[in-house]
Amino acid sequence: MKFIGHLDVMRYFQKVMRRADVDIRYSEGFSPHQIMSFASPLGVGMESRGEYVDIEVLSTDSSKEMLRRINEVIGEEMEALSYRRLPDDAANAMSIVAAADYAVRFREEYAPADWDAFTEGLAEFLARTEITVIKKTKKGEREMNIRPMIYELKANEDRTVWMKIATGSAANLKPDAVLRAYFESRGETMVEFALLTTRMEVYADKGTEGSPDFVTLEQFGEDIE
Amino acid sequence: MRKLALSDEILLSVQQPARYIGNEMNAVRKDPDKVDIRFAMCFPDVYEIGMSHLGMQILYAMFNKREDVYCERVFSPWTDLDQIMRERRIPLFALESQDPVKSFDFLGITLQYEMCYTNILQVLDLSGIPLHAEDRKENDPIVIGGGPCAYNPEPLAPFFDIFYIGEGETQYDALFDIYKENHRRGGNRWTFLEQAAKLPGMYVPAFYDVTYKEDGTIDTFTPNRPGIPETVKKEIVLEMDDAPYLEKPVVPFLKVTQDRCVLEIQRGCIRGCRFCQAGNVYRPLREHSLEYLKDYAYKMLKNTGHEEISLSSLSSSDYTHLKELVNFLIDEFHGKGVNISLPSLRIDAFSLDVMSRVQDVKKSSLTFAPEAGSQRLRDVINKGLTEEVILKGALDAFHGGWNRVKLYFMLGLPTETREDMEGIAELSEKIAELYYDEMPKETRNGRVQVVASSSFFVPKPFTPFQWAVMCTKEEFLERAYIVKHKFRDMKNWKSLKYNYHEADLTVLEGVLARGDRKVADVVEEAYHKGALYDSWSEHFHNEIWMKAFETCGVDIGFYTTRERGLDEVFPWDFIDAGVTKEFLKREWLNAIGEKVTPNCRQQCSGCGARAFGGGVCFEDKN
Repeated sequence: MKFIGHLDVMRYFQKVMRRADVDIRYSEGFSPHQIMSFASPLGVGMESRGEYVDIEVLSTDSSKEMLRRINEVIGEEMEALSYRRLPDDAANAMSIVAAADYAVRFREEYAPADWDAFTEGLAEFLARTEITVIKKTKKGEREMNIRPMIYELKANEDRTVWMKIATGSAANLKPDAVLRAYFESRGETMVEFALLTTRMEVYADKGTEGSPDFVTLEQFGEDIE
Repeated sequence: MRKLALSDEILLSVQQPARYIGNEMNAVRKDPDKVDIRFAMCFPDVYEIGMSHLGMQILYAMFNKREDVYCERVFSPWTDLDQIMRERRIPLFALESQDPVKSFDFLGITLQYEMCYTNILQVLDLSGIPLHAEDRKENDPIVIGGGPCAYNPEPLAPFFDIFYIGEGETQYDALFDIYKENHRRGGNRWTFLEQAAKLPGMYVPAFYDVTYKEDGTIDTFTPNRPGIPETVKKEIVLEMDDAPYLEKPVVPFLKVTQDRCVLEIQRGCIRGCRFCQAGNVYRPLREHSLEYLKDYAYKMLKNTGHEEISLSSLSSSDYTHLKELVNFLIDEFHGKGVNISLPSLRIDAFSLDVMSRVQDVKKSSLTFAPEAGSQRLRDVINKGLTEEVILKGALDAFHGGWNRVKLYFMLGLPTETREDMEGIAELSEKIAELYYDEMPKETRNGRVQVVASSSFFVPKPFTPFQWAVMCTKEEFLERAYIVKHKFRDMKNWKSLKYNYHEADLTVLEGVLARGDRKVADVVEEAYHKGALYDSWSEHFHNEIWMKAFETCGVDIGFYTTRERGLDEVFPWDFIDAGVTKEFLKREWLNAIGEKVTPNCRQQCSGCGARAFGGGVCFEDKN
């Protein structure tokens, strides 16, 4: 599934809705489309355990029954974990996404030889107040400080790197950019395809400017009995 | 996790990695160790094209219904992966198990168009299977070809062990049984092929010898061992509703070219257009029942989740229950976010009404296929569409709110004159004038737009035009310029547009379509010199092919511009396609005499397909 681009994942999901006979609302007009929105596109090559998608339905069974119906036809490499009702006035998922958790592993041949040194160095890296990367844009290159977009970053004993970073339309950081910056700060280059990245969770920010309060998108809904 | 034949690193560095990973919805998963026969079914083009093909899905489903067979899919790797596979010596694999094709019992290749022939060699080459059947060993798969181009398999003869002539549903079961039995008895490749060659519809090229006359045409074409039939009769399904169909088409992850459910409503055609190979070789006409189609429409949409369903046939308007079927589809599915797509419909009151219900009139266009610019030439090709009918259809459409018209033509048809060519521009002009004359200003929806496109005519085997002389590239282009020039003289030229296809490719298609075994050398030479994906204009290199003809000493004109005698033995004459050579000859003479032949429902013309015991002739409708 990780080789499928975001647009194709959306189309895949639309077909799942039809196979499961979800009573989804369609837009008006000659080529109606399903009212559906994904919280945050997932890059090609990444796996995920925490994707969210909003849909509008005209009628529904209980959460349990809908999960059964959907999972029956969703295909082998995908699973619906929860189906919850959002309040009518809920903002759409895409507009509220603020952060995401990622678990990053190294492919065997590219793993750092000395994990302890890697772990220590990562802590020092995070302690800096400014982490500058060169960002390529259409107009050319510009410098950008990514440190404010990193909320958590640590290396675990099981040789994974865990990070919570800014995601969404206001500020968006990619997990490999964080590690690439870290490698560069040590005078090393990170090989392309070195990482196996899994998105673990997606959050909205209910806090105020400067003091974020991250809540999972899951918490916005309620189960349907 | 499923194992994949390609590393993440490779998959993430090529375009559209989803082409190579398999495991799509409804893809079949079996334990390869628990089957007797592993069949790799190949469409020799990129995944998005191959997965749009209905026939492959039908056979895939049918083979996999057998517990002792595991059928998997194979496509041509795109040029980026092709290069990586050659550099790193990665063997070509099937999508389902990701196992190398070389380890399969069969490699079945569907032959849908001539310009995929170099891709067939690519598939064999990347699989590590010798290109020539005679060089294959016991551990190589049996390479079997089928599909429309199998009606002249000769340019591919050295590369295939077997060609299956006709519709796949009927003889594969018997072929698999023979294969198993041969294996059980300790037989080898050649004992199997010898038994296979005796099954109906099977052509094993190695068992036939060809001798040539001094002028290069065929002298004799005969079996070279006892018990091998002299002619191979095409196979067809007689009772369409009894044929295995697919309830669960594989649903690609990618958006493929035909991203929809396809409902095949009938096979064959009653029309008898003299240029059309499909209309001749798929005779007689056989329809599905309405109940059958309703049932399958429901099942396929439910099992795939597709948002569109399309009807497939050569001439949908001739389907007996078309109205009921279309109304059913619209009533049942249209409100549920499912689009109904209706190709190959004749423009009349019914089709206009249906179209206005399922599509946005303002955004869609109307399509006519007059194929030729004058009534005289339309009579020659037996295209029963008159100017009156076209103009009437266009006017009805204008009143219905349409203002865009597409017209399809062919250039280079037999007997074509300057007047016929200029007729393309004149007919387009008449349609535009009709709009401005008949539609009061206040009812017009802006300017009318008439887009005429022409392709260049390629004579095909098993058509009355199999005797026809084909134009050279220069003649084709000259004709296109005449048409283009005429368009500039038209009063409403601002409302008209004219496009024409490439000519290089057409000439090559002409050689391959009516080629003999000698042409195989050219295909192989061109492949070795880098020809691949020839049907993709950005990958087509005419100079490679021209060089290959030169290297192999094969004369293009012999296959394209040469006058063929009425009694010449053609490379495909050993095939009995139903329509007889006598009928085709009669039709060729009728064409030159500008004589129209009625369609099958009007009157039987004795084409020969009646011998199959089915079709309009037996429906008591003529």
